[in-house]
Amino acid sequence: MSRLTFKTSDKQETVREQLYKDLERRIVASPTGLCPVDLTASFVKLCLSQSCGKCTPCRVGLNKLAGLLDKVVDGEADLSTLDLIKKTAKVIYTSSDCTIGEEAGRLALNSIEGCYDDYYEHVVNKNCTCNSNQPVACVNLCPAHIDIPGYIALVKAGRYDDAVNLIRHMNPFPITCAYICEHPCESRCKRTIIDAPINIRGIKRVAIEKSKNPSLPPMAEKTGKKVAIIGGGPSGLSCAYYLTIMGHDVTVYEQRKKLGGMLRYGIPNYRLPRKKLDEEIDFILSAGIKVECNVSIGKDIEFTDLKDKFDAVYISIGAHTDKKIGIEGEDAKNVMSAVEMLRAIGDEEPVDFKGKRVAIVGGGNVAMDVARSSIRLGAKSVDIIYRRRKADMTALMEEIEGAEAEGCNVVELTLPIKIEKGADGEVTGIRVKPQMTSEMSKGRPAPKDKSEPDYVIPCDIVVVAVGQGIESKHFVDKGVGVVRGNIAAFDTGEVGENKGVFAGGDCVTGPATVIKAIAGGRVAAANIDEYLGYYHEIVNDIDIPRVTFDDKKPCGRVELPIRLPQDRKNDFEAIEGTMSDEEACQECGRCLRCDHFGFGVFRGGRSTKW
Amino acid sequence: MVNIIIDGKKISVSENTSILEAARKNGINIPTLCYLKDLNEIAACRVCVVEVEGLEKCVTACNNLVEEGMVIYTNSKKARETRKLNIELILSQHNFTCATCIRNGTCKLQDLAKEFGITETPYDVKYEKKEWDKTLPLIRDFTKCVKCMRCIQVCDKVQGLGVWDVVNVGKNTSVNVRQNKKLKDVNCSYCGQCIVNCPVGALHERDDIDKVLDALDNKDKITIVQVAPAVRSAYGEGLGLTREEATERKLAGVLKAIGFDYVFDTTFGADMTIMEEGSEFLERLDDIKKTGLPMFTSCCPGWLRFIKSEFPNMVPRLSSAKSPQGMFGALTKSYYAEILGVPEEKIFNVSIMPCLAKKDEATLDDYHDIDAVLTTRELDRLLISTMIEPKSIEEIDFDNPLGMGTGAGVIFGVTGGVMEAALRSAYFLVNKKNPDPDAFRDVRGLDGYKEATFDFGNGVEVKVAVVHTLGNARKLINRLERGEVKYDFVEVMACPGGCINGGGQVINVDGSNLAERSSVLYGLDKASSIRFSHENPEVIACYEKYLTKPLSVKAHHLLHRDHIKEMEKAKNK
Repeated sequence: MSRLTFKTSDKQETVREQLYKDLERRIVASPTGLCPVDLTASFVKLCLSQSCGKCTPCRVGLNKLAGLLDKVVDGEADLSTLDLIKKTAKVIYTSSDCTIGEEAGRLALNSIEGCYDDYYEHVVNKNCTCNSNQPVACVNLCPAHIDIPGYIALVKAGRYDDAVNLIRHMNPFPITCAYICEHPCESRCKRTIIDAPINIRGIKRVAIEKSKNPSLPPMAEKTGKKVAIIGGGPSGLSCAYYLTIMGHDVTVYEQRKKLGGMLRYGIPNYRLPRKKLDEEIDFILSAGIKVECNVSIGKDIEFTDLKDKFDAVYISIGAHTDKKIGIEGEDAKNVMSAVEMLRAIGDEEPVDFKGKRVAIVGGGNVAMDVARSSIRLGAKSVDIIYRRRKADMTALMEEIEGAEAEGCNVVELTLPIKIEKGADGEVTGIRVKPQMTSEMSKGRPAPKDKSEPDYVIPCDIVVVAVGQGIESKHFVDKGVGVVRGNIAAFDTGEVGENKGVFAGGDCVTGPATVIKAIAGGRVAAANIDEYLGYYHEIVNDIDIPRVTFDDKKPCGRVELPIRLPQDRKNDFEAIEGTMSDEEACQECGRCLRCDHFGFGVFRGGRSTKW
Repeated sequence: MVNIIIDGKKISVSENTSILEAARKNGINIPTLCYLKDLNEIAACRVCVVEVEGLEKCVTACNNLVEEGMVIYTNSKKARETRKLNIELILSQHNFTCATCIRNGTCKLQDLAKEFGITETPYDVKYEKKEWDKTLPLIRDFTKCVKCMRCIQVCDKVQGLGVWDVVNVGKNTSVNVRQNKKLKDVNCSYCGQCIVNCPVGALHERDDIDKVLDALDNKDKITIVQVAPAVRSAYGEGLGLTREEATERKLAGVLKAIGFDYVFDTTFGADMTIMEEGSEFLERLDDIKKTGLPMFTSCCPGWLRFIKSEFPNMVPRLSSAKSPQGMFGALTKSYYAEILGVPEEKIFNVSIMPCLAKKDEATLDDYHDIDAVLTTRELDRLLISTMIEPKSIEEIDFDNPLGMGTGAGVIFGVTGGVMEAALRSAYFLVNKKNPDPDAFRDVRGLDGYKEATFDFGNGVEVKVAVVHTLGNARKLINRLERGEVKYDFVEVMACPGGCINGGGQVINVDGSNLAERSSVLYGLDKASSIRFSHENPEVIACYEKYLTKPLSVKAHHLLHRDHIKEMEKAKNK
């Protein structure tokens, strides 16, 4: 008899571990619209199989609970069953000895309380309020509903122009999105069930790199109707592009020197090269859009004049005002907002950061943009000051890691309380109060003061990146409604009682993603067309390559190459490269073609016109 | 061309051919269940799977295309066992009480179970049960639905109404009225195309046979039956009769044998419709030319339900003429009751229709002339249940006077027919002489959307359009509303091909016999000694003795409807 043993994992253990991983991925790739009762029944059964079996509520209770839930799913329950489910779940939660039972009870309780309508429908009408209308996940989750399996198949077939044209059918910014889209399309990719989501944005990058002669769609006959677009960002230009194709006479009014909105004045060149942006905008304008830059509505022209002169107006002014931290000393010299700093860079008149110590306040993507731009402008040091933990930052993890790799310090759990000024009123540092993480609030752990003394982080420049707002005053004065600072528009883009006035993009949604702004512009274009009395259909007749029957062997996901930190931090050139032909072909081959297999062949497979 | 090998046979087929088509073209049968060519190629039932060399997984034949060098086994052990198990799974959720099923003998699932030699199933049988309002003309039997989605696709893609949809999720996924609504709360046209495309007994008409049998048995009732033109094109299919055997005179004999006192022909009603509708058209022509909006035919009840629910603003453009069934019903209970010298209550009026929506038309509030409507399918079932052997029944003529119909009336049963018949008589009314009976043949054919212009002389030029399917009807109205087209007269039939393919017709599980059925009606027209409605001697007599002339006050009272009033009444209900 040995005193101690060291166990190596046996075969069963290995298989079990594999099952856990398979299930984790499957949950990530869950389709939308699933039945909460059915899911809860399955989850409770899973919890039950995790039970050690010692205690009554967990061993017996979860078993009974699963049975009751099944009865609801099978339409064999009555309203008293629902009461019993609640009671049972509550007692499992309050009387389980450990978390296995406790949390299972809470899960069931949350489900029945949060989705009671659905439970009720199952019992009373024997129906579910959800339905399995499971369209193609990537297409559905893309706000612009681009035919993603379609262009992936085209890239695989080497038909890059067709791929880009297919994207432009729904989104006139394929180049921009290939660089900076947040790709919500990838979040529930069915391929995740096998290994990992398809690198959709990466494939789009291949398409735009390889496409040589993308073409404009056929233009409709001129209608003689005039539309004004206020704001030449992604939303305004998208709207302008489609309206022009539909034959309308479109003029874009832009208050800055150049078009692009936040793409030019918010996103640094190393993420979206200006050359590429210009190429994109030139293509859009080649449809025949009139542009007037350096014109500010409310200063140079009244909004009401535009309304009178044009048959319809689209407001897409974005979110370009900066929010303040609201602490003492914020008026000090060399305190600037992220918007100001990035705007100056956009106009190619950057502020001199050489040898300076820069402090950034904020934890979003914009904070990372200004931090990484500061490094590139020659800052001696960059501190990103954030009151919560790094893990709680809203910036993408790859952005945070990128900033750190380039030499930025993330100073987490640190609350700025005052900006210290020198004799001339210039910044000398930020006084901060150390924080500790604490209880969850609205899904994130809230920070609270730590009993440690505050201190000063010395710096020469402070950049505030705590959010943006909308400059809507002029429009409000002219009768446009506002909700929580955003312009009030319906999901059709229509603005309340203002006939012929539409709005979309950041100024309606609040600061959001480029793809949402683009989608808003397209929606407005369709509805403006109808408002003007037309029904122009935007049609694509691109023939999509047929599916192949490759067996679906698990395979790694190809990532886009990124330049090394020590190399990339010295310039504003693009940091991300593209895939090789070989990589692109393999990555495209991983696509499961949900447009053909599964529900996609029945519903939501492919829309060739809108 | 693509070269493939199916079951060892070297085959060359054109590109973009599905595996299923490639096999069938070469005499190799692959079973299908959910597949409906062009409409439902969604590979849901997995009954058409085949084995492809080099692939571990089976491939569905219905929606996958052949690839160069593909080696396919349609009848390998793997393919056979996979299909059989999938059929067993479907059966495990199907109420296979075949002996009492309305589709016994025309059920695809029954055929499959037989073909695969399934005599018992390894799984517990448990199927969905859900209530349905059995008073509606259209009945859904949840216990039989195999979730093939055909009804959804037909309603969506052909009729553009989206009455049916996938509901619920996971194991409870089912097919029901969209969003689990009640049928009466959605705009169902009762066209019945979902029924004729259902592979099993999940959708069927309300069975009114007992009502008819009771009347036949009631000595106090005089039973009158009318037979719609399209019925004669198909009734024999359900009785195993050849086209030559299944004549209209055989049908008359059979109905007499069942016990009807008088066997009449809806074709007479069709000729009456032409008289009224044709005259109305000429009366409205000035207004039509002025407004640029056409007059629409009004004989298809599916179309009427559609326009009233989807385009109420267009309802004033409908002809006010009743359908042939309606005119026939009104005349039997007035004109004919007078001839017989009996009170109208004594008459029990039955019509045999290729149509589901006619059951609804007959129960509309303001009209009680028709007492029961049987579909062609019910007629066949009735015949079978009375043990009458059609082959041994002698052919007879329809009874007179309401059994007299012209060739123009007969073609009412096929797309373009109403228009053609109307034009023949309208031409006569304008020119006081007959045109060549085939002068308007341009409106024939199975194209979904036909247009033609005819010069009537006397400065009258008539631009017509003929559409069938409600999807095409919507297309036409949308184009009218956008000012893209202008017509004087438009014929709409809700079912693809017209009444010959109506929702009440005999079901052919492997696709309809559109062309054959259409040729039956055009054949009858061609062979007819009278090919103009206005020359029907019994129609002339009816006007002379009873109605005086088309559009007279009496004719208006008996033979026309006020669609706007009806619509308002329905709204206030």
